[in-house]
Amino acid sequence: MLSNLGNFLLFLNILLSFTVIYFSLASLKSAEKIIFRKIYNISLAQSTIVLVCFFTLIAAYITSDFSLINVYQNSHSTKPTFYKISGTWGNHEGSLLLWVIILTIFSFLFLIINKNHSKNYRLYTLIVQNILILGFLFFILINSNPFLSISPVPKEGLGLNPILQDPALAIHPPLLYLGFVGSSIYFSAAIASLLTNYSERAFAKSIKNWILVSWIFQTLGITVGSIWAYYELGWGGFWFWDPVENASLLPWFAMTALFHSVVVLEKRNLLYFWVIILCLITFTLSVTGTFLVRSGILNSVHTFASDPSRGLYILAFLSIMIFSSIFLLFKKYYNKDYIINSNSKETFVLINNWFMMFYLLTVLIGTLYPIFTDAITNNKISVGPPFYNAVIIPVVIVFLIFMAVGPNTKWIKNRFVDIKKYILIFISALIINFLIGYFFKSLTILTNLIIISSLFLIISSTFDLIKSITEDRIDFARIVSHLSFGFLIFFIGLNHNFSIEKDFNMKVGETKNFDNYKIEFKKLELKNFKNYKSIVGDLKISDNKFGEERTLNPEIRIYDSPKTLTYEAAIKTNLIKDYYLTMSNIDRSEYYNIKFQKKPLMLWIWISVFALTFGGFLRIFKNAKNN
Amino acid sequence: MQKIIKIITISISTAIIFVFYLSLNKDNNYNTESQIGKKLNFDKIESIDEDKYLYIKELKGKNFVLINFWASWCGPCRSEHPMLMKLKSEKKLKLIGINFKDKKSNAKIFLKELGNPYYFIGKDEVGKLSINFGVYGIPESILVDEQLTILQKFIGPLDNQDLDDILKKINKV
Amino acid sequence: MKLKILIIIFIFKLSILKSAENIVEPNHIHKNLRCLVCQGQSISDSNSDFAQTVKLVVKDLIEQGKSEEEIYSFMAEKYGDWIVYKPQLNKENFLLWFLPYFILSFGGFIIFRLLKKKTQKT
Repeated sequence: MLSNLGNFLLFLNILLSFTVIYFSLASLKSAEKIIFRKIYNISLAQSTIVLVCFFTLIAAYITSDFSLINVYQNSHSTKPTFYKISGTWGNHEGSLLLWVIILTIFSFLFLIINKNHSKNYRLYTLIVQNILILGFLFFILINSNPFLSISPVPKEGLGLNPILQDPALAIHPPLLYLGFVGSSIYFSAAIASLLTNYSERAFAKSIKNWILVSWIFQTLGITVGSIWAYYELGWGGFWFWDPVENASLLPWFAMTALFHSVVVLEKRNLLYFWVIILCLITFTLSVTGTFLVRSGILNSVHTFASDPSRGLYILAFLSIMIFSSIFLLFKKYYNKDYIINSNSKETFVLINNWFMMFYLLTVLIGTLYPIFTDAITNNKISVGPPFYNAVIIPVVIVFLIFMAVGPNTKWIKNRFVDIKKYILIFISALIINFLIGYFFKSLTILTNLIIISSLFLIISSTFDLIKSITEDRIDFARIVSHLSFGFLIFFIGLNHNFSIEKDFNMKVGETKNFDNYKIEFKKLELKNFKNYKSIVGDLKISDNKFGEERTLNPEIRIYDSPKTLTYEAAIKTNLIKDYYLTMSNIDRSEYYNIKFQKKPLMLWIWISVFALTFGGFLRIFKNAKNN
Repeated sequence: MQKIIKIITISISTAIIFVFYLSLNKDNNYNTESQIGKKLNFDKIESIDEDKYLYIKELKGKNFVLINFWASWCGPCRSEHPMLMKLKSEKKLKLIGINFKDKKSNAKIFLKELGNPYYFIGKDEVGKLSINFGVYGIPESILVDEQLTILQKFIGPLDNQDLDDILKKINKV
Repeated sequence: MKLKILIIIFIFKLSILKSAENIVEPNHIHKNLRCLVCQGQSISDSNSDFAQTVKLVVKDLIEQGKSEEEIYSFMAEKYGDWIVYKPQLNKENFLLWFLPYFILSFGGFIIFRLLKKKTQKT
């Protein structure tokens, strides 16, 4: 029943998309100055129906309607209701439906919010966006339909992988999709702007908040994913330079570059084509990422049930997007004389973009290179953390310095920055860095430089903060973001340098000593829960130096449906450090592998990222107030 | 100038899409090719029975060799065992079994029950030897020619198809 | 005066710098090896049979006095380049290591050109 309803709604959506395009074309031709009223109504209907369609799928999950293959493959009747719901978008088909929702709703919102922009520009944006919607709707219908039915109806579902049954992972995909699928709207707007030869400044005005919104969600999505990886995977890290993580990072770099340069376009009417290119690149990278993840050509921690025919469809879609963008861009391109002073704000925004492009392309090359070597020379290579660390970190050091100096320059004017002040800041950064090394532990050269440069940014942003409060010339959003980015790098640097990691094979009753720590493996307990059994370890960690004692209870969980073992890390968090302990069984032996990690300042890393996105929120509010 | 940039952009995009297309049809399985064509490289292997060794010299220039990593606790090894028994009668092939992370007594019971196809049984108590042979996990078999050059690797239990492959290779010469 | 302070700090720094580098840490090596039988995990993160064995072998190799690079090439010889997370700098991987720096300098060049253009006009 739900299967028929869902399929019907999908068809209805396709129909509505065509109708929107049809009326938009009609409205373009008409002499009326305003957009046909009915286009608003159809757009609203479209958004409503796509939501109803999604709720139909959710309903199927809640009621465990195993007559749908999708529910059968990804759910189980004993699963907690919350995870039944989040399971809806935890799989390929369901998540695509979420894609279409975001595409549709953003399309509707863009239409109603930008009322003071030209009619043609808005209509073309709507048309392009609806072409994208159709592309994905057909993709769903052809080979990713969540509403396919199965007969005979199975009694029980296969269940969802237990490590995915987690609150962070329930919100991670929607956040991330709001980010990179949200970038579709300025892709469409960029195409529309090219087609209608729209006013460059007005174009910048209409998209700048959309860029910020997608950037905020992308940042949050990546962060929540990292937090999940940190406590659920049990490896103690939060970023692995995994190809799928990289796929989410690529649009993030493009968005970051974009919301810096779009300001230049708005204020100075410069860089129009560069902004257009960035708009096109952002969504293209999002679709490329989707292709890489969903086609299964990458080997990664994330796996979706992959199927080459899906890959083929997305690839075809991607090619059309890329080639029509390139064609249009070169057709409309004209050369404009730029006048940029070397010490102006424009220059520093350009420098930001320069670095962003470097990060973006480096990560892109690192991610694609193994695919190339495998396809061309048949030799498989791995490009992992050592590559990215070696190439990117040294450049970050310089980047942080520019980030501190840049914002204090003025538009247009060639004003030299206050060199004395920066020397002073640099010296204080050196001293603090020296104290850290002196009182705690010596650092490696690279960490030294990272810490010095991040301190440089922190101190100079703090000056700016004080200045902005006293002089009431508030650019709070930027200062908050830059300051927290400085802190983010600072904490990551310290965390990396002061982490302690040890692993032992121990059995119950044993005690191990290392450095100034003692680990006691006191006992094991078997506990029964609703949908899993758990082996809980009881371990005591004593820090002889500070006289601290902590009891940690790592678990090994045995889930029934599907049959899986998961390892739950025991984490004790406080403001200064995390104790992180995992326990795993060694096959055919009574020993357990105990891995102990001390991770300083973890909490502050998360706080810094949230503060970073808070800066984005502030900017949106400020933009809203100015309008 | 603009034309040159256009051509460059289009060709890079085309190249990337083409490579994506190629990789779609590739499987993502383990790559065993790095081992093929290399010479077997070890001095001696310790036998499961004390104080006996297999020296590499003993193998050279005589027969094809199939080195099979197995253990009594491994289910798939049990299922592939009949294949190994079939190969036992091949005159041109010597089977070397390497008992992986296993107890000697269990290994003996296993062979008593299912038959012993091996010319020599080596031991690899903690598994270090398996790394030397580039083994991923058991069961795994390596086919080597008379000159001790690695011809093929079989990851997972041998099946009838693999058996045919082995027979074809050793009877070709 | 400032310069003097700067120099003093730098000398201090250099002396504590030396102690921090150049010890072959097994865990550091484990992190740079891929657990081939797992999904995108390193040897350090995995507890599979395979990872356990590799850890033993790495320990042996360190005890034999092998350097970090030697251990990586040993593993790569046995399992192919797929096992090492840091691709070696050779003919095949030349572009991987070279392109990012090329892009960085190219970007710098473009910005330099943009700014230069203006100075010629005024």
